[in-house]
Amino acid sequence: MNSKTTNVVVAGLGGQGVIKASDILAEVAFASGLDVKKSELHGMSQRGGSVSSDVRFGEHVFSPMVTRGEADFLVVIAPDQVDVNRAALSDSGVLIETSQIDESRLPNKKSMNVALLGVLSRHLQFPVDAWIEALKRNIPEKLHEANIAAFSLGRDK
Amino acid sequence: MDALQQHDLSLLSGDEAVALAAFDAGVQLGTGYPGTPSTEILETFETLGGKAQWAPNEKVALEVGIGVAIAGQRAIVTMKHVGLNVAADPLFTVALIRLDGALVIVSADDPGMASSQNEQDNRRYAVAAGVPMLEPSDSQEAYEFTLRAIEISERWQAPVLLRMTTRVCHSKTMVRRGTIAIPEPRPSHFEHDFPSRVMIPAYARPAHLRLRNTLAQMAAWNDESGPNQRIDGSASLGIVTSGISFQHVREAAPDASVLKLGMTYPLPIEQMRRFALSVERCIVIEEGDPYLVEAARTAGIAIEGKPEIFRFGELNTGRVRRILAGDSSPEPKPAPGKPPALCPGCPHRTVFTILNELDCIVAGDIGCYSLGVLPPFEAMDTLVCMGAAIGVGLGLRHALPPAEAKRVVSVIGDSTFVHSGITGLVEMVYNPPATGHLLIILDNGTTAMTGMQENPSTGRTLAHASTGKVVFEDLARSLGVRRVHVVDPAAAPEQFKALIQECLDTPELSVVIARRNCLLAARSIREYERCHEQQND
Repeated sequence: MNSKTTNVVVAGLGGQGVIKASDILAEVAFASGLDVKKSELHGMSQRGGSVSSDVRFGEHVFSPMVTRGEADFLVVIAPDQVDVNRAALSDSGVLIETSQIDESRLPNKKSMNVALLGVLSRHLQFPVDAWIEALKRNIPEKLHEANIAAFSLGRDK
Repeated sequence: MDALQQHDLSLLSGDEAVALAAFDAGVQLGTGYPGTPSTEILETFETLGGKAQWAPNEKVALEVGIGVAIAGQRAIVTMKHVGLNVAADPLFTVALIRLDGALVIVSADDPGMASSQNEQDNRRYAVAAGVPMLEPSDSQEAYEFTLRAIEISERWQAPVLLRMTTRVCHSKTMVRRGTIAIPEPRPSHFEHDFPSRVMIPAYARPAHLRLRNTLAQMAAWNDESGPNQRIDGSASLGIVTSGISFQHVREAAPDASVLKLGMTYPLPIEQMRRFALSVERCIVIEEGDPYLVEAARTAGIAIEGKPEIFRFGELNTGRVRRILAGDSSPEPKPAPGKPPALCPGCPHRTVFTILNELDCIVAGDIGCYSLGVLPPFEAMDTLVCMGAAIGVGLGLRHALPPAEAKRVVSVIGDSTFVHSGITGLVEMVYNPPATGHLLIILDNGTTAMTGMQENPSTGRTLAHASTGKVVFEDLARSLGVRRVHVVDPAAAPEQFKALIQECLDTPELSVVIARRNCLLAARSIREYERCHEQQND
């Protein structure tokens, strides 16, 4: 990975696992020895409103927030939140959205966040083991199987 | 806190880092009142094994902290920015009192109001009360500055304000533990010292002189060896900054010279002066009020500030670039997201639907139920501060003509009522309006807004253990309110509506307790209750 900071914005609605997904991503980057910062606003996150979380990693990261128009990746878990967050993305940035996942093959609908991380993982150079490790650390054991399947669905398609 | 660790590094939020430092420093008691973005500090401190408790409000929390520090131990008291308004009374006088232990007061400010009713800048409190202040810019500094705050507090026997902001509290950044060694906490003790601790005028006058003298010593120390950092870059641009703004500055202007202030009261004015003189253009980049720039200019330092539009909301890298470029043209507005709403099945929904149907004038309060102002309910007419529902409702009743006064209702949540609604209820009994009044306490069995914390009316401690319980109906009756009703509006909405109508029609005082557990908390509450029953079997 080069020294440039990678900027990721994860967005969706309260209750969809936006923060969980950004936690997992931040941990993967952290475990890979990079400097990591992650930022979001808490408080209203369980009341169904718009939620977004910024994750930045690289050799040395200063601001924890992704500057508007500078996100390399925008991961959106709710289709109606794509337009709300589009301005975050840079001109060459990659949009990762739910239409890229065959929802009928998701073992658990609530793991769309993790399936989209699977898609994101194809663009990043972290080893798959690091992702699985971080998933397991952040998700209750009884949901491990469903989420690893969701991750693979996004990664392997 | 179950942080991932890697070569003694952890990825922690600023709140978690403060808790870790408090734990590492052997802080004997953490107390506070839940408030975004400060809540996780005490929760994490408790998880780590520290003694942490929720107080009914921030004033009581600070008073308890003062007692701990007078007893020679270390205390940390946490709150959101508006909480310091509630705790301001003890704050201004504890500044005069000689402490034997350490007292660190965390004020978590919310520029941009992610989850608050105003964006007050609590750096002003440090100046107004004469309390030294540290401002971390990431989680590592949140960890280190908490330890330094304890050191400073013990060295000068004074309280210290640790001023954080939303992005420092809630961003996760890397933390290396054990970077600063501080002395072991001392055993608790007590000695009489009337002139240093009893602030009657005769003792407070010399105490005020002492405070100003101490602040002068602190300023000299801060100038000499305070936790400030100078980065020598280009001689053409110098930036004075503090807190999270430092991070945006380093990103927006990597080549600039930077004076980053860690201790922002009392300020290292001579260092600031030397820095300003060493660069061609010197500018202050700060979030919120023009606090640093005003202080610098008062001291005769020629320095630029930011245009007024950047006083509002948070700063970020993009906005810092604009400030540096002198660009104060209108900024692009973010696309409107989906606003939060009362959850489907939330017990508050029935209440606000009916208040709307009855065309009530609703004096509201702070919590999830503030969302009762939004469509489809639109059943909240005022929101000022914690507990204001009752006083504002009473004022409306006193002032409006009877036909309108009779439609006024005060609505307040369980934790908010305990926080500062009880004195409002006393006022209601003591100075009842001619038309009577109706107080509805929305008791959903938890402090939902901030993330399901316990409070004195749940009968459980911060760690969910069983403890003394404030029972609203008993309290209201003991104050002399005759019409006290406990109901579940969602179970029988029509009956609830009839009851509200009846209370509005009578010139007597009524308290209606609308009781049903928050949907999000119901499962945990059942679990806590089951554990408690098992223990008692």
